[in-house]
Amino acid sequence: MAETDRMTHPVLRIADVRLDRGARTILTGAAVEVTSGELVALMGPSGSGKTTLLRAVAGLESFQAGRIEVDGVTLQGGSMATRATLAALRRKVGMVFQFHCLFEHLTAVQNVCLAPVHAHGLRPADAARRADELLTAFGVSHRAHALPRELSGGEAQRVAIARALAVDPPLLLMDEPTASLDAIRRGELGALLRELLAQGRTLLIATHDEDFARAFATRIVRMEDGAVL
Amino acid sequence: MLARPARRFRRFAPLFTAFVVGAIAAVEAQPAESPGVFRWAGDPEGGAPFVEADPAHPDTLEGFDVEIATLIARALGRQPQFVNVTFWSIDQSIARGDAEIGLSGIEDTPTRRATLAVTVPYYEFREVLSVRDADAGTFRTLADLRGRRVGTLQGTIAYDILLRAGRDYGLEAVSYEDDVHPFSDLVLGRIDAVLLDNVLANRRRRTEPGFTIQPQTVAVGHYIGVVAADRAPLRDSINEILRNAMRDGSLERIFRKWNVWDDAQPGLFARVLAGTPIEPATGIDTQSGPLHTTQWQAAGRYLPSLVRASVVTIVLSCLSMGLAVVVGVLIATGRVYGGPLARLALTGYVELIRGTPILLQLFVLYYGLAAAVRLPAFAAALLGLALNYAAYESEIYRSALEAVSTGQLEAARTLGLSERQVLTLVRGPQAFRLALAPMTNDFVALLKDSSLVSVLTVMELTKQTQIFATNVGSWVVPGALCAGLYLAMSLPVAALARSLETRWRKPTA
Repeated sequence: MAETDRMTHPVLRIADVRLDRGARTILTGAAVEVTSGELVALMGPSGSGKTTLLRAVAGLESFQAGRIEVDGVTLQGGSMATRATLAALRRKVGMVFQFHCLFEHLTAVQNVCLAPVHAHGLRPADAARRADELLTAFGVSHRAHALPRELSGGEAQRVAIARALAVDPPLLLMDEPTASLDAIRRGELGALLRELLAQGRTLLIATHDEDFARAFATRIVRMEDGAVL
Repeated sequence: MLARPARRFRRFAPLFTAFVVGAIAAVEAQPAESPGVFRWAGDPEGGAPFVEADPAHPDTLEGFDVEIATLIARALGRQPQFVNVTFWSIDQSIARGDAEIGLSGIEDTPTRRATLAVTVPYYEFREVLSVRDADAGTFRTLADLRGRRVGTLQGTIAYDILLRAGRDYGLEAVSYEDDVHPFSDLVLGRIDAVLLDNVLANRRRRTEPGFTIQPQTVAVGHYIGVVAADRAPLRDSINEILRNAMRDGSLERIFRKWNVWDDAQPGLFARVLAGTPIEPATGIDTQSGPLHTTQWQAAGRYLPSLVRASVVTIVLSCLSMGLAVVVGVLIATGRVYGGPLARLALTGYVELIRGTPILLQLFVLYYGLAAAVRLPAFAAALLGLALNYAAYESEIYRSALEAVSTGQLEAARTLGLSERQVLTLVRGPQAFRLALAPMTNDFVALLKDSSLVSVLTVMELTKQTQIFATNVGSWVVPGALCAGLYLAMSLPVAALARSLETRWRKPTA
């Protein structure tokens, strides 16, 4: 693929996704396309379906209709994704949860090394070197041997981003990344996301934070009542 | 908010106290002494011809000890009243005043003479060897049983004889808590001989085929009644009643009725009536027994065997806990991840084990299944404890697995870990930390529950202590030593668990 194509080809295509939970419809034909190198902010009021959409892209929610394609891997609505499809999907998508969800029994560096070693077969020494690079790049290398409960909210979030990027996924999803950050930390996060963009990464973030989205997103997509406006 | 329950408690405190006192009184089944009643203690589990529930009327007791107790009570002008006491607790029960006399085929021993007021002997028995029919020509005496296992009832003269024979002939003494299972284990081949008195051996042979009672007498002993040491006048009155019963033939009639009258009894009666001193037992060296040492000297003598029994306890507990953890993890994993059928079966197992007493499970495993699977005692004890504790452990692990937050599991899944990796790398380790404290509690509980396996003839710490206490006639020093050894085993476990918990909580930054 030519360099220009790589810069413009869609990494994520969400087409007509409908997702029901019992009698309640959460997503009603949502459709979004995110191109390589974009930082798309998914905005909308609480309950509009932002987080559910991210979870569906990450393969954590099955959906009744529509299609989600991530860098060549397709999830089809109305059928259970196979184990192979999910395995392929998880090489394409990294996710940073609102509450970080770092593994409580592992140190920061162990959190970052876990997937490269066990899910991707990297040698532990190589995974540790990569983890060190990421933690250094995100300014938390001095906390490498701290447990999650010993980290501040900002530190935990940086470690969670490092963990998600450790296997170099084409798409990074972030759920409410600014929810627990003060203004200074929000600014630092924005700078970090810009660095990621500069490295050619693609990001889709769900957020309530209008100012943050306006300042750092390359595009804003709005949702309401389960639909993309 | 706190004041309200406190006020409510004050209002109900007298009622609550009355309830507790009433409940304790109700549970305290031993009747208090009253002038018209003669309380006598025995163990109906010993069965006929001593004391047993009448098969036709289970509320009525019968046996020669029942008739002797009735004879004594009537001569004293009182009504006999039975107090049910476990055989090996009768001495202590009499000493603390639960009944006026203990009668249940109780042997005359130097320790009983020293610690209680004992009556004159009223029956003479012989310690005899029982062997399988096929071995009748091979095992005639204890000396023939080198390297073999010989069973008997715990805390008896026969057990002392076997311990001595263990030193002299290299046989292994196996201690039972009842006099039925030694014979069934003999027939099953778990042991090679039984040493018990002729009354018990003859009784058992009537219902259990397959063994022969050797004619040689290993030792001679006597049955006596035991009275509290400070009630010598009562004992003297009872002695007079027993002598009269020997003279007028009423004691002979009782023994003839129960088919235990033999040639040895007239000689015994003659010696008792003539006032001839009668040795507690003949055929065993009673001078080197614990009677002739202080409790502390006896403790020094028993300490090595208590330490050996502690090793059995700790090894059994560690192995059982290890197996319980493995089986418990498998059950918990099956219940969390398995299909509906597996979940149903595993839930059924857990409820079955939790809903039935561990003692029953041990009995079923060792004796109940003996016809199909003849497990050695230690293996049955290990398996019984492990399978029982596995059910409890599985509940701890299941709730610990379910307590790991969904967020942790989803984070692991989005990183590309397989479900197995999620379990082994994330969910399992976190659940283990949650389960550690209850697991430690369970291990300490298992350490103490391991005393139950003494019913399967495993010589662990509590059983060894019981033997020690029976032989010295007191629980004070044996009890203190036993408690010390249990604490020495359980405290390090608790300390280790605390240190692990602290390490996992300690900031590392």
